[in-house]
Amino acid sequence: MSAASAAVGRTERLETARLPPNELFGVALQGLRTRRLRAWLSALGIAIGIGAMVAVVGVSASSQANLLATIDALGTNLLTVAPGTSFLGANEVLPDTAVPMIDHMQNVDSDVAVYQVSGANVYRTPYVPVEQTGGIGVDAAGDNLPQVVGTSMASGHFLGAVSNSYPEAVLGAQAASVLQIEHVGGRLLVSLGSTWFTVVGILKPAILDSTLDSTVFISLPVAERLFQVQPNPSEIYVRANVNDVNQVANLLAPTADPQDASGVDVSRPSDALEARAAAKGQFTTLLLGLGAVALLVGAIGIANIMVISVLERRGEIGLRRALGATRRHISIQFLTESALLAALGGVAGLILGAGATEVYSLAKNEPFVVPLYALIAAPAAGFVIGALAGLYPAAKAARLSPTEALRA
Amino acid sequence: MSGVAVRLEEVAKIYPGDVPALRGVTVDVPSGDQVAILGPSGSGKTTMLTIMGTLERPTSGSVQVADRDVVKASDAELAGLRAHQIGFVFQAFHLQDGMTALDNVALGMLYTGAPLRQRREAASVALERVGLAARMSHKPQQLSGGERQRVAIARAIAKRPLIILADEPTGNLDSKSGSEVVSVLHRMAADGATLILVTHNEHIAHSFARRIEMRDGEIVEDARS
Repeated sequence: MSAASAAVGRTERLETARLPPNELFGVALQGLRTRRLRAWLSALGIAIGIGAMVAVVGVSASSQANLLATIDALGTNLLTVAPGTSFLGANEVLPDTAVPMIDHMQNVDSDVAVYQVSGANVYRTPYVPVEQTGGIGVDAAGDNLPQVVGTSMASGHFLGAVSNSYPEAVLGAQAASVLQIEHVGGRLLVSLGSTWFTVVGILKPAILDSTLDSTVFISLPVAERLFQVQPNPSEIYVRANVNDVNQVANLLAPTADPQDASGVDVSRPSDALEARAAAKGQFTTLLLGLGAVALLVGAIGIANIMVISVLERRGEIGLRRALGATRRHISIQFLTESALLAALGGVAGLILGAGATEVYSLAKNEPFVVPLYALIAAPAAGFVIGALAGLYPAAKAARLSPTEALRA
Repeated sequence: MSGVAVRLEEVAKIYPGDVPALRGVTVDVPSGDQVAILGPSGSGKTTMLTIMGTLERPTSGSVQVADRDVVKASDAELAGLRAHQIGFVFQAFHLQDGMTALDNVALGMLYTGAPLRQRREAASVALERVGLAARMSHKPQQLSGGERQRVAIARAIAKRPLIILADEPTGNLDSKSGSEVVSVLHRMAADGATLILVTHNEHIAHSFARRIEMRDGEIVEDARS
């Protein structure tokens, strides 16, 4: 190439300074790579903040998933029928025909009634002062109660044919713990309304209706004989066909009491659990707030480190300006470095938070759930925070005079 | 060779606090000229070089670099001029520690917008030209001072600029590697580039056909030999 043609070639060039985006990324990465320890330390601040938030979201999602799984296992097709209160506030009574009527309904898979045995209390011995009832109620119940309400025996068996003739009792989970009976064995007696009852079984907790837990169950014939219980159910548990739950729910009140349907309360216990699950899904505001504070501290850390970096790298900034970088190229480079740093912190935070959720879910034996949006939100939040934190240092770097920078 | 690479007319530069660095300097540097600017420290020679390199604007007077009016041009236009037409060599080398010699030289063309492969090719050619073909993958801290400055020269010339500006390029070097560096500079500029070198070393200035001597912000002598 001759001198003249070289000179001509030179002047024909398009004379703009350019920095393509893919190059920008490399430049920013290079900037971070040359100061590795510092980059890690300042990204750690963001990682802790994002990690805390991911953990809060993950833990609440995990316990929500756990509750939903429980609801799924127990089924949402359980309905309860109970006497309501009248317009004037008096307690209504379910007619004794309610159970046979419901038995004959279409789309009802199974049902069972419980009858309150009022005035009867349960004690380990008759020497326990009468007022120390331990909050334990006594109900007469059909022998398929555990199946219908979705619980099972922790020990022994439920009421059976023998229980209709002999004084046998089954304890709810909470009642058993109050009476300090852990398992059934030998001849275990409790004093129930001045009669000794043999304890034949202990139930596991009934999650769909926890009032059953603090109850002792005896058979209806025994209850009628010993305590003159009227055959008016205090509660009827109904398992409806899964696809017709709403239809059954609507028909239950008029079926149970055709004379006065308004005096019948029908409810779906799984609704309450679902509401609880929804409430668990709402992350604790306080913890999120703490995460936000950690993030803010992390952001200030990044801004601080970038300001120092600008001062330290004055030579580099001057050189880049001499090599043809515009002020904008310089500010965008520092902005990208800061955003990249914080985005890496966000990814690390995601891993930290997911790890914390995993530990929590293992400890609590709950399913491990981190919401999908967190996978995108965590690095994105880091990126935005880093960009904001980098604004001032970037502007400072761009304002630097190249000659002053080169003299440094 | 046609045209003027650099033209200063009545250029003054006064730094904040009323410190005059240049007091009405007029000078023409035709394309292809090799010029040494000589003078004691504080004489304004570095200020003149940074104004020629468009890194600074004069307080008054007119400046033309590669047929462009520097005073009126925008920051982006001047950056474009530097990216394509001006190569700088500094006393302190200003190499990036974390990068190899090859990448340091390729960095010199970053803002031209050329893709990395093309930049690396040009960089390797430039390193060969300055005699550092064997040092391409070395990092600056693995190189001697003279070698570092030759890397910096390669960085300045890789894009084949119209103008090479060297500010005390031998200031941090012993005399042997200093004169080596100067002869490399002469060789690199021999294909038609304009070379302007600032020094306070008479011996180095003598290797230049044209010497401009400065004192107290004014040109006191402009001689050709």
